[in-house]
Amino acid sequence: MGKITDGKVETIDYQGFQLTTLDKAIGAARANSMWPLPFATSCCGIEYMATMGSNYDLARFGMERMSFSPRQADLLIVAGTISKKLAPILRQVYEQMAEPKWVLSVGACASSGGIFDTYSVLQGIDRIIPVDVYVPGCPPRPEQIIDGIMNIHALVKEESLRRRYSDKYKSMLNDYNIETDVK
Amino acid sequence: MSNSTITNEFALARLSAKFGDKIISSETPFDLLTIEVSSADAHEIIQWLKEDEVLKVSYLTNLGGVHYPTEKDREFAVVYHIHSLVNNFRIRLKSFIPLSNPSIATITDLFVGANWMERETFDFYGIIFTGHPNLTRILNEEDMDYHPMRKEYQLEDDTRQDKDNRFFGR
Repeated sequence: MGKITDGKVETIDYQGFQLTTLDKAIGAARANSMWPLPFATSCCGIEYMATMGSNYDLARFGMERMSFSPRQADLLIVAGTISKKLAPILRQVYEQMAEPKWVLSVGACASSGGIFDTYSVLQGIDRIIPVDVYVPGCPPRPEQIIDGIMNIHALVKEESLRRRYSDKYKSMLNDYNIETDVK
Repeated sequence: MSNSTITNEFALARLSAKFGDKIISSETPFDLLTIEVSSADAHEIIQWLKEDEVLKVSYLTNLGGVHYPTEKDREFAVVYHIHSLVNNFRIRLKSFIPLSNPSIATITDLFVGANWMERETFDFYGIIFTGHPNLTRILNEEDMDYHPMRKEYQLEDDTRQDKDNRFFGR
């Protein structure tokens, strides 16, 4: 009577309920109700504002509320050039976010320093914080930013509930010298 | 300056009458009166220009540094652009200082707006403005130990550790 759709979700038609795993249900809930923190510094930030606006309407993906407080944010969106002087501030914002948290690097500057191959610019934010998805472009169009967010959603849906307890995650934070309260 | 009420010749004559040999040289590139003065006299001349009843050159447009690495004992120039809003007249002062002692008197006592401009010039060229109330770095990282706009660095620095050549097609 049940119908297996993707190996894990079992649907019983016309009975008013579904069977699934807790990981899947919570992953879907997390992915469709993310609170992004826009860390926008330059032209990529303008494209991000267009993405938030009514034409591209990020709200339809459950991102109605931009969180300008890192404590309540799930997704850090870094859009724009990060100078070396700004780097410790970005790192502090990342450290203040509560688990679970994800990072989207928007544009060439945030991903690699971009055209600013110079002494004063951080050559990619992945030198100071871990990044989940990179969006190429200089600046990327809103469609590309939305594609990056869709990739973040795919990650969020697939990850285990307690990602922060995994050895892989802990060793990655350790590589970045980021302290964690998880033992 | 086509529609200013005083001419370059008049301003230069008035400056020369007052300061004589302290005006080391003068030229008018693109019709902009440019005079060279020694670093010891710069403060006095700028103060006189600001307070003079006729010229009234009392608005500091910009202040910056230049590095000429091949000019012996004239390695650094401090350039002042000042403007008379009343007369619609602009003048540029240049003062050359040596690498061995790159210092010049501050003009923050005359123009409060010079404060950040002098900090920026210090930050990028290492020029010391004596008497400045807070001569610290303004744009670069506080713990930077060099002055990046000096022309003593290669454009492509092979020893840089922070860049990833994969991203630049090298």
